[in-house]
Amino acid sequence: MPLVYCGACSHAPGITARAERADPAKRAALESAFHRMGEEIRATRPDALVVIAAEHFANFFMNNMPAFAIGMADSYGGPIEDEAFLKIKRTTVPGNKALSRKLIEKVMQTVDVAYAEEWKFDHGISVPLHFLTPNYDLPIIPANINCQGPPLAPLARAWAFGEALRTAADSVPERIALIGTGGISHWPATPDSGKINAAWDQEFLRRWSANDREALLSYTDAETYRDAGQGGFEIRTFIAAAAAARGAKGTVQFCEPVPIFAVSCTIARMAIAA
Amino acid sequence: MSLYQVQKLIYELNRDPRTRERFTAGRDAVLAEYALTDEEKGALTRPDIGLLYVLGVNGQLLMHFAALHKIEWPDYLERMRQGLKDHGQVREGVYAATGYEGVP
Repeated sequence: MPLVYCGACSHAPGITARAERADPAKRAALESAFHRMGEEIRATRPDALVVIAAEHFANFFMNNMPAFAIGMADSYGGPIEDEAFLKIKRTTVPGNKALSRKLIEKVMQTVDVAYAEEWKFDHGISVPLHFLTPNYDLPIIPANINCQGPPLAPLARAWAFGEALRTAADSVPERIALIGTGGISHWPATPDSGKINAAWDQEFLRRWSANDREALLSYTDAETYRDAGQGGFEIRTFIAAAAAARGAKGTVQFCEPVPIFAVSCTIARMAIAA
Repeated sequence: MSLYQVQKLIYELNRDPRTRERFTAGRDAVLAEYALTDEEKGALTRPDIGLLYVLGVNGQLLMHFAALHKIEWPDYLERMRQGLKDHGQVREGVYAATGYEGVP
């Protein structure tokens, strides 16, 4: 089936960990935007949700770092973080090993993706799922782009990974939904946590919504680091989602800088023809 | 300088309950398994979050190492700031401070 849903959202741990420290109105608006995104995903009746994430050393480390990876298991545990810190209860999330394998074999036609039969979710996946699929009743297929340990895959390869995922999703009989999740500009877990370059975020989201490949791929990592912080490297997940939308345009449904959450909290959707 | 080794140990502590148990029971035995300088061993043992930050430990590892030691978020940020005052700018990696001061 052709891909049934394509979108992107934030995953900052502060969204749950420091929820009570945010302005209540902003928090409520973000959470309701997340819930609406979950409803929109469910409305497309997906058999599985591919989550393109940028994990943070829950599984992959600099001893053996894949540029791209896809999970291939029937279940995944998480979140790996201290429950009291993240304020999300540890649970087991369903996967679909056979479906993962089919997708991986397709992706491998163009992108040398690593596969992982074990995968522990961290906030990069657990925070979005906490709002999008709170009952953990939709099989998840985790995908990862290394955005933490340089050298990082070039943006053009993140694009290629998104394209490959789209081709793979379209090739299977199952109905696949896909989201990218990451921060835009942010300086997480540094003394600068809370710094947000809102103008940079708006410009990035303009390029994303226009699905302007050339403009999206024109950022150098040095520019991103300077203007959007090391957290900005996670634009790779948004870029992969844009590629998976295959030319469709996007709408930013919610975007609000929330310093205590350390990002411009974002919910966005690509208008793919399902 | 063995930032990789420091980060590897923190990575194992963050994700592996058995390493955490062993570290709690006897830190020296776990520390001995990694090629660490005395400065790094000291920073990991006290723990000195500010120094670990300046040594270049990735924040995505360090914030969970801090949480493991029951260090609350505002305290974690403050310890990194103090580390910058005591030891100067971050020596390696991509988590250098940029001088932002608007943090809650």
